[in-house]
Amino acid sequence: MVRSRGFKVGKIGGAPLRALARLGGSELAARLHLLGPVQRAIYEGARAGTKAISSFGASAAKKRAAQAAEAQRLGPSKGPALFDLAPTDEQALMRDAMRRFAEEVLRPAAHAADAAATPPDQVLAQGHALGLAGMMIPESLGGAATERSTVTHALIFEELARGDMGLTTAILSPLAVVQAIVTWGTGEQQARYLPPFLEERFVPAALALLEPRPLFDPMRPRTGAVRSTDGGWALWGEKSLVPLAATAEVFVVVAEVRGVGPRLFVVERGTPGLTVESDPAMGVRAAGLGRLRLEAARVPDEALLGGQASPNEFDVGDLVDRARIAWGAMAVGAGQSVLDYVVPYCNSRQAFGEVISNRQAVAFMVADIALELEGMRLMVHRAASRLDQGLDVAKHATLARMQCASKGMKIGSDGVQLLGGHGFIKEHPVERWYRDLRAIGVLEGALLA
Amino acid sequence: MINLEVPKRLRAVAEQAHAIGVNVFRPISRKYDSAEHTYPKELDLLAAVLAGMNDGGGRASAAALSGAKKEDAADGPPRNKNGGNMAAVIGMAELCWGDLGLALTIPRQGLGNAALSAVGTREQKEQYGKRWIAMAITEPNAGSDSAAIRTSARLEGDEWVINGEKIFVTAGERSDAVVVWASIDPSLGRAAIKSFLVPKGTPGMKVVRLDHKLGIRASDTATIVFEDCRVPKDNILGSAEIDTRKAFAGVMKTFDNTRPVVAAMAIGVAGAALDRTRELLGRARPPEADARSPWLGSHVEAELARLDAELEAARLLTLKSAWMADNGIPNSLEASMAKAKAGRVAVELTLRCVELCGAAGYAETDLLEKWARDAKITDIFEGTQQIQMLVVARRVLGKSSAELR
Repeated sequence: MVRSRGFKVGKIGGAPLRALARLGGSELAARLHLLGPVQRAIYEGARAGTKAISSFGASAAKKRAAQAAEAQRLGPSKGPALFDLAPTDEQALMRDAMRRFAEEVLRPAAHAADAAATPPDQVLAQGHALGLAGMMIPESLGGAATERSTVTHALIFEELARGDMGLTTAILSPLAVVQAIVTWGTGEQQARYLPPFLEERFVPAALALLEPRPLFDPMRPRTGAVRSTDGGWALWGEKSLVPLAATAEVFVVVAEVRGVGPRLFVVERGTPGLTVESDPAMGVRAAGLGRLRLEAARVPDEALLGGQASPNEFDVGDLVDRARIAWGAMAVGAGQSVLDYVVPYCNSRQAFGEVISNRQAVAFMVADIALELEGMRLMVHRAASRLDQGLDVAKHATLARMQCASKGMKIGSDGVQLLGGHGFIKEHPVERWYRDLRAIGVLEGALLA
Repeated sequence: MINLEVPKRLRAVAEQAHAIGVNVFRPISRKYDSAEHTYPKELDLLAAVLAGMNDGGGRASAAALSGAKKEDAADGPPRNKNGGNMAAVIGMAELCWGDLGLALTIPRQGLGNAALSAVGTREQKEQYGKRWIAMAITEPNAGSDSAAIRTSARLEGDEWVINGEKIFVTAGERSDAVVVWASIDPSLGRAAIKSFLVPKGTPGMKVVRLDHKLGIRASDTATIVFEDCRVPKDNILGSAEIDTRKAFAGVMKTFDNTRPVVAAMAIGVAGAALDRTRELLGRARPPEADARSPWLGSHVEAELARLDAELEAARLLTLKSAWMADNGIPNSLEASMAKAKAGRVAVELTLRCVELCGAAGYAETDLLEKWARDAKITDIFEGTQQIQMLVVARRVLGKSSAELR
């Protein structure tokens, strides 16, 4: 068994193997061949697609009876003794596969999806086939994860976002729900909600934290949950810019329980009192953003993630930090796509008899993008690796977010600037990246690294 | 496996250097800022302690503190190393948290010492290893453009005859010897620039002036004139051959190791200003607002968090460039990125801290105003901000120095 930090390659299962094979081509196959043990592990661990259980209810009935209600958690790991910036072989392999997926699937679909403000089903299905859910679900629950792997996730998110931030948000949105349930759900909730995410079908789902008002404080959401006298909860409030809102079969909603603090509630589609409307924004449009209105939305006692048993393990700060690391990785990916785009452009665009990159005013702007981008990346990686090691990350995630918000936006703006008028029109993707990068520093929650 | 925490062994280096900063530098910071050109004799003891630990010379005193040399023994495939370069930047940052000017004038830790340990022969190291060696590159008409150097070295029999004027020589007066950059054939441009060891007291070499500076006033900055100054033929550092393709690149390569150290200086002085500002503001007002949402608190808090983020970016870029050097990965690009980022952050941050603290920051009663003056040099020496941006831009855009000037 080949073990990498955070997941066992051999147990990723059939879906990612198929995805790798589909992406494969000869180059990747050759790389797999070079990494013999990894390849063997993937093949040995590969399992054919399993029986289709497509609704949470069906699997719930089955699992509830069968499974002990012990919650499965992914623990921190001891970090390496030395400072190190080199990814593991498995991480490098995964990163390359994600890069190809981003280039071949996400980037070509980005423009139309942005205009339609909806992700194409085909892209979601292909994204699901990457098998990322399996990497996040513990072995004992049918996945392949053995410990926290935030760094791996950050590398993956970055590569996908290089293709398109909006589509990546859509693909990763259900994984935030998966991770929330893995991290904070009871054994019963894990058994009920996690299995469908390991099936063939893409299950749309979303984590809703952000609310539609200025100076939103993610530590103090105004959406509230009130315990009913006859059992169950009534949720009140509004959540905005929720990915996949129109199709999500399940939402995990952050709501304040008076006297207790923010808690997570599973709200299934069709819950009375829940209405969903479209909420398109400046950017990240391909994520299919929507607004949730909760007006005495009734959910049962079991909807409270982690249950009522005290001490409840949930701390909204952990969720905020992990989301910020995820969005930071997205900013790095989008920033990298800007850099990758402006370098050849400035090296070929002629003005005053030579390429514009021969001028310092242009060249230094490009250099600045490269330099600030690397700083952002290192800050995101540091926060992610601290999380994996079980170290405090509140400060590092916050600083990484601030840096990614300000420098990421500068990169987005400079990307348009470098193309001048051409950057302002939709013939080039830099105007989309400008809009997408403004999401950093605005969006909270929605994704978890 | 990705991990950006400084290992325990290097944290010990940081602690030792920090202790020097607190106990040796801080008490005399203001004294030698005011008494410019007075030799800080308190540093002799420190130098003796450092020299006792540091057998190989070189400026990386912190590397000596760390015992970094013990490390590289393992056989087998290349293994991740946290070695002398990382120790040097981590140690230097803490020394400069104490005082940048004093850190620059620790005896026997001159830039020339670094050059000697990088390219000196065994005989040269034996002869000069225990001395304090300054580095003389800049001339009145050749700053960033080191190819414009006019100082010449002419071989006459068994001696080099050096003529020219060097300015901005750090520790030019206090040092025991100077490494001088000079051209052995001015018609051949940069490739003909070589460096020479010139001991103090050599006839024809004269310190003619000490500059009065904006900051780092504890460190002397000299003008040295060479008039038919003769040194033995063997005092050339490196080869006397002129290789028009590689020679100057070799000279410039020293910067790959020294730029991260200068970036570390910037980080150190910036960190000092941020810590002190938090201390002064903390006294003035109660803490408030959640650390996760600094922009929901006061403007001051949001600004301090922003500066903290900028400093963290600079710090990690610096560690990265040093880590690459330790692991034999070419780091010219990253060293310039680190130097550019750290230099600009140090200047902006220290100046902002003065502003945020108002009169308490601007007056000489505190050290904040001094740090804001000291910090400026980090964006200038060892390659200005603009030179670093040129290096980065050329690398990123794949341009030659002829295309992007």
